[in-house]
Amino acid sequence: MKLLNFANMRRSKDSSDRVGQFMLVSYIILFLLFLVLPLGSLISKSLQNKNGDFVGLANYNLYLQEPALFQSLYNSLFVAVSSTVIVVILAFLFSYALTRTCMPFKGFFRLIALIPLLSPSILAAIALVYWFGNQGILKEVLLGKSIYGPIGIIMASVYWTFPHALIILTTSLSLSDSRLYEAAEVLKTSKLRAFFTITIPGARYGIISTAFVIFTQVFTDFGVPKVIGGNYNVLATDIYKEVVGMQNFQMGAVISMVLLVPAMIAFFIDRYSRKKQISLLTSRSVVFKPKKHFKVDMIMLCFCSVLALIIILMIGMAQYGAIVKFWPYNLNFTLKNYNFEVAGLGWDSFYNSVRLAFYAAIFGTIIIFIGSYLIEKLRINEGTRNLVQFFALMPMAVPGLVLGLAYIFFFNAKDNPLNFIYATMIILVVNTIVHFYTVSHLTAITALKQMDKEFESVSLSLKIPIYKMFWRVTLPVCLPPIFDISIYLFVNAMTTVSGVIFLYSYDTTLASVSAIHLDEQGEVAKAAAMAMLIVYVSVAVRLTHTIITKKVLRKTQAWRYNIIDSN
Amino acid sequence: MGSISNSYLETKNLSKSFGSFQAIKDISISIKEGEFVCFLGPSGCGKTTLLRCIAGLEIQSAGMVFQKDLDISNLPPSNRDFGIVFQSYALFPNLNVFSNISYGLINNKWKKDDVKRRVDELLELVNLTDHAKKYPSQLSGGEQQRVALSRALATSPGLLLLDEPLSALDAKVRVFLRKQIRDLQRKLGVTTIMVTHDQEEAQTMADRIFVMKDGEIIQSGTPNEIYTKANSPFIASFIGSMNFFPAVISNSNQVRCNNVEIYCDTADFKKDDSVQIAIRPEDIQLKKENSDDNILPAKIRDIEFLGSFQRVYFESNNITKDLIIVDVPSVNARKIKLMPNQEMDLYFSREDIRVYPG
Ligand SMILES: Nc1ncnc2c1ncn2[C@@H]1O[C@H](COP(=O)(O)OP(=O)(O)O)[C@@H](O)[C@H]1O
Ligand SMILES: [Mg+2]
Repeated sequence: MKLLNFANMRRSKDSSDRVGQFMLVSYIILFLLFLVLPLGSLISKSLQNKNGDFVGLANYNLYLQEPALFQSLYNSLFVAVSSTVIVVILAFLFSYALTRTCMPFKGFFRLIALIPLLSPSILAAIALVYWFGNQGILKEVLLGKSIYGPIGIIMASVYWTFPHALIILTTSLSLSDSRLYEAAEVLKTSKLRAFFTITIPGARYGIISTAFVIFTQVFTDFGVPKVIGGNYNVLATDIYKEVVGMQNFQMGAVISMVLLVPAMIAFFIDRYSRKKQISLLTSRSVVFKPKKHFKVDMIMLCFCSVLALIIILMIGMAQYGAIVKFWPYNLNFTLKNYNFEVAGLGWDSFYNSVRLAFYAAIFGTIIIFIGSYLIEKLRINEGTRNLVQFFALMPMAVPGLVLGLAYIFFFNAKDNPLNFIYATMIILVVNTIVHFYTVSHLTAITALKQMDKEFESVSLSLKIPIYKMFWRVTLPVCLPPIFDISIYLFVNAMTTVSGVIFLYSYDTTLASVSAIHLDEQGEVAKAAAMAMLIVYVSVAVRLTHTIITKKVLRKTQAWRYNIIDSN
Repeated sequence: MGSISNSYLETKNLSKSFGSFQAIKDISISIKEGEFVCFLGPSGCGKTTLLRCIAGLEIQSAGMVFQKDLDISNLPPSNRDFGIVFQSYALFPNLNVFSNISYGLINNKWKKDDVKRRVDELLELVNLTDHAKKYPSQLSGGEQQRVALSRALATSPGLLLLDEPLSALDAKVRVFLRKQIRDLQRKLGVTTIMVTHDQEEAQTMADRIFVMKDGEIIQSGTPNEIYTKANSPFIASFIGSMNFFPAVISNSNQVRCNNVEIYCDTADFKKDDSVQIAIRPEDIQLKKENSDDNILPAKIRDIEFLGSFQRVYFESNNITKDLIIVDVPSVNARKIKLMPNQEMDLYFSREDIRVYPG
């Protein structure tokens, strides 16, 4: 009868189960501390008056009665929608050329199109100032209109969001079933009709997804309107003015909420359409291989060449502006613009940015990869899993500016025991990791999903602790996506503005923020130089990444390439 | 309970639910030491779930598992004694064959030489000696399967669990590996549970078969018992082919199908019960063998050539609208010269007919 008692005993879990559960609980606590509670304090701030008393929706009422502020909402929507329409059309045609035609030099065009990813968004604005500003060479092209305003914002936004759109659309267009086109051909359908009845519907979720991602990026961007917006106010610059200029934190919080809500809605629509997209393709589909079509290929070649030229001219102009003595009067070359001491800044902000990028890349990658491993592979309580998964997706819906402001409210509070991280490098690193968490997390999850789901069971049956298996199998197999994640975090930490604009301190100024301040002081050449420094580092890191992928990975990933180790 | 029995592994009223869905229900089985048993059933009937509960990889909702009379119900998988091979093999892609097989030995603090000796021994056992340095992606499916088997056997577990180990392979390799696995199991004497949806596999490999349906075990027995004494039409048709005719008991040891009287053993039924009678295609003869055989006039509709035998479809509107399947050994068929539309009598013995509730 002794056995009956045993039957009632609670199951003794594996130590790895217990450790996993414990670690997931720590993730929940971290997400609460660095995401949920800060956002909570932002919301509560928007419901308080200057003395911290609860005033309900009074601040929102005030906001609605202030026509100037309300105008900014309209302006934000206007530039975001216009940029989105332009980017989606351009990027769709570009990715169509890359995936569905036999246009030559595809690799080259793809490379050029991704250049904007390496620079902060303000670089585009600075380049536009050189081209179309008061002293610009092409000023006349604008027919008397000023580049400082919606035109400049839209042009710069199109430039820096273009590669983001291109990546999503290329993926979506390359997922297509060539059988559908063969069927259409057999039925004597014209190419044009096939385009409208097969290509567009097949890519529609990709297009929807792109549209919402780009909308959110432009809608919430701070750097571009700050540099080239002139008197054209948008929500993001309003928040900055309220908080930094007028110290009106309550109104800053209210506008943040106005910024947050459309971003959230866009985020959910995007998630939804991505899910739909995946289910479009069955495992029986045959990958589409484009056929030669001289006229189409040549038209696309011209189109892509024009866009590539524009991209090169933009970044080229920023570089040119950074190394000439005094635009446009003295065009001799100089390196004096890289001497930031004169502007009272020095190179510290650049070094800070590099440090931030390294910390964010290293700690971020470790934290994010382990987190996604726990969610994906361990035997844990379903509720806990879903909660962590939800938290991991949330940052994508929160604009950087909003997260930054939320951090001020939360961590600057005197009674917060974590107050000590305020105005340090730590808060910048944490903010950056949280801000860019979602994309990295999804990359890791995708990689882990591709691994056999029984590895953990095999390990348990062979009495090998999970962490040993993680170290010996999971990590080596996932090295390529892990490198991708760290590069993503590094480059974004270098280039981000909106996430950190409220959080840097005297000791932790950052390159991207300094570029904005230099521009504010009229030191456009130095701003360009600072922005270009970021580009150099990003390029260097990318190149290193490519070399590592080629050399080091080849060793650890021998099994992938079917190379038999001779010893 | 807890008394010394001769069972190596025992489950008592084992159940597992996923949410409100009960994947296995109240399963009590007992397996002897050294036995090779199969869980056989259609896809989705809960075989894998039952296997994983036994391994501790899935936590049962109710019931108990005993191994060597010890209650292991609450032990985590790492404290149980078993080796497992998964349907996907789950070989570590970045480790070569040697490292895959030695994976579980390293942790058990074996000496380096002993590890090498043990792996070499296993490689020889499964004929893979030359492949030790290869990565899984460089092996064929059958080779990968044998690596997975060696890895599971490396630590000499008392219980071997195989989840559809052959289902990912092509037919030839499958037949070859069936025998190899069976021989290996006999040689090592390791108690083995194999999950499969392939009745032929279960028939050729198992000492005992547990047939599962909708999360329950509906019959168990030796392959022969299951084949000849299937206790339900479901099993009868799942294991091999079977002709079914709806019928009514017209007298003791006599049924009426449509308007044909057929003689058979109706022991468990009363007059006027509606039943189904079942007869296997190979049990229908084209020549009279016993004086009291049932006789049925029929006409050939179609002939399929299947190698060692021919499958002949007969039409006999007197008894059923469905076609009657008859398997004729090719040797006989050649002599008789079967042709479509040919009319002939079918004979079947009373003993070969099984009667199921209708
Ligand atoms: N983790 C799970 N969560 C929910 N349902 C499950 C899970 N695992 C199995 N099932 C369900 O339990 C049933 C039995 O599954 P399984 O044991 O894998 O069947 P089999 O191996 O016989 O094909 C199936 O209907 C399956 O969908
Ligand atoms: Mg299964």
